Amino acid sequence: MPLRNDFDQLVDVKGGFISREIFVDADIYRQELDKVFTRAWLLVGHESLVPNPGDFYTSRMGEESVILCRDKKGEIHVFLNSCRHRGMKVCRYEQGNTSLFTCPYHSWTYTTDGKLQGVPLHRTLYDGVLDREANSLVSVAKLCNYKGSIWATWDKDAPDFITYLGDARIHLDQALDCRDGREGGSEVIGVHKWVFPANWKFAAENFLGDTYHNPSHRSVDLIGIGPSAAAGKKGRRDDELEKAQHVWISFPEGHGVHSAIQPEANDYIESFLDNPILEKYFRHCFEERKRRLGEQARLLPFVGTIFPNTSYHGRQPRGLCAWHPHSPTSTEGWRFFLVDKDAPKEAKEYLRRYYMRYSGPAGMTEQDDMENWLYATAASTGTIARRYPFNYQQSMGAYVTDHPLGGEVSTQITEQIARGFYRRWTSYMQGGDWHELLGAPAGNRQAAE
Amino acid sequence: MTTTIQDQDSKAPAADAAIERSAAYYRLKADVEDFYYHEADLLDDRRFRDWLDLLTEDISYFMPIRRNVKFGQQAARENTKRGEGISWFDEDKWTLTKRVEQILTGVHYAEEPLSRITHMVSNVQIKGARPEVGAARELDATSRFLVYQNRVEYETYIFVGRRNDTLRLTDTGWKIARREILLEQNILLAKNLTTFF
Repeated sequence: MPLRNDFDQLVDVKGGFISREIFVDADIYRQELDKVFTRAWLLVGHESLVPNPGDFYTSRMGEESVILCRDKKGEIHVFLNSCRHRGMKVCRYEQGNTSLFTCPYHSWTYTTDGKLQGVPLHRTLYDGVLDREANSLVSVAKLCNYKGSIWATWDKDAPDFITYLGDARIHLDQALDCRDGREGGSEVIGVHKWVFPANWKFAAENFLGDTYHNPSHRSVDLIGIGPSAAAGKKGRRDDELEKAQHVWISFPEGHGVHSAIQPEANDYIESFLDNPILEKYFRHCFEERKRRLGEQARLLPFVGTIFPNTSYHGRQPRGLCAWHPHSPTSTEGWRFFLVDKDAPKEAKEYLRRYYMRYSGPAGMTEQDDMENWLYATAASTGTIARRYPFNYQQSMGAYVTDHPLGGEVSTQITEQIARGFYRRWTSYMQGGDWHELLGAPAGNRQAAE
Repeated sequence: MTTTIQDQDSKAPAADAAIERSAAYYRLKADVEDFYYHEADLLDDRRFRDWLDLLTEDISYFMPIRRNVKFGQQAARENTKRGEGISWFDEDKWTLTKRVEQILTGVHYAEEPLSRITHMVSNVQIKGARPEVGAARELDATSRFLVYQNRVEYETYIFVGRRNDTLRLTDTGWKIARREILLEQNILLAKNLTTFF
């Protein structure tokens, strides 16, 4: 049996076996918080949650509470939600507008740019000693507003977010850009938050392009809950990709996506048949996107995971998920639901209803995912079970490395993406430098530079 | 009563206008309690299609997400709103029917095998009756629920909260025309919401 800190043995990418320990072991989990979640870029929220100066939205990074805040000058910050004095959460509201964060414990106050302002009895108790500047709220090391989505890292040496995304960027773009091809322009219309008893990596891996788990969604496919279901179509979404070449891509940074390339003609596939106005609107968006992006418009998204714990659903439904670790066997799922900010009211109204019946703990499709993740986690905690690694041998070697989309591209369902994800996870757990974390082989810095 | 959480829609029962506790009130309340117990039986006996028959065709079934807000903002901001944004449920009869159909496929793995569920209903009060208590055709009722779910072996969830209903009298008895379900949780402490409330 491999030692619990011998990550090369726990994660055997070449042989296609990954130890169950990494999904259930408490020590490995503690190390993940330290080695993965303090270094990687994590999704914190969306600018539409904090549109005005003084707006805040409390979020999470790893296990910890953070405050996403727009200061009085309009600049966005992310702070650890913990007073520098005794650690009390300085904000226990989910969202709001304020000029100060006041710690309930001893009433230290912080401005919206994180600076320590008020210290009761300062002159008597702290004069000449307390350095206000040095006792600001702890800020993330780097922050990026990428097309409205807010990302942050605690590692000052981390590469900028665009570099971190690598070639996965254009796939994430498909979730963040307007349906008619304009850049960005999305807004969050609501957030689901719930706790489920499974390791966070089950959720991350599910969205990496585990198309193989399709049979677990048979119930919704049988009854039909998609945007054309009332018009009689079965399935859980419209099959916009019925003529497309599906691609499963593993990126060297650990990201993975399942996208699709439409045929050259890129004809519109009828969808949203429940409502003629929506059908017309989405047809318009499709044609407009095609006109705007040309050849590029052939790329359509399905799902993906940006390493380590951010996932997206590109179109039906559309949103960003953060899988926040709670314990080795417990995860807090957050799902930010997206629409085009300037979409017609009727489209937004239809989409929110579709998202609710599809997604999250009350969603007919994803309830079955949570069931899988729970019982996969639970059945992996046993002494005997831990001796038997999970099998990751699907589609071994079935990919190309010279595809224009970059990464390792497969045209069949594959666990190469999962293998790539855990290969990179291993680099983080071994404390690799950023060249290695971005996918350059260890000890081959020159190649990365 | 400015901080009392009430359905924020205009059709909601008035917060304070208590109906006189007459014999007619108690007769009506007993009818409603009986209706709720019957409803709980249908759900707990997994007679889901029969449960659907207790809903009017134009039912609005709503469970907001509850949020942590500053004192004084509860009424305006604590609950997500019916008809906008994202809630746990904001459904019509079509969607609820789909949910029932899904369970009945036998391959909805989040309810296969079926969970063991008990619905307890209490604190029933009539908050409004139209045209009048003695001859009500439509009424507003509030109640509390405690829903116990045990799933497979060790999975157990307890859902506690309030319901604000509008019931309508039809040829086949009372039906639910409007339901607001206030679950007393912020972050949902359950992996799924596969039951009806």
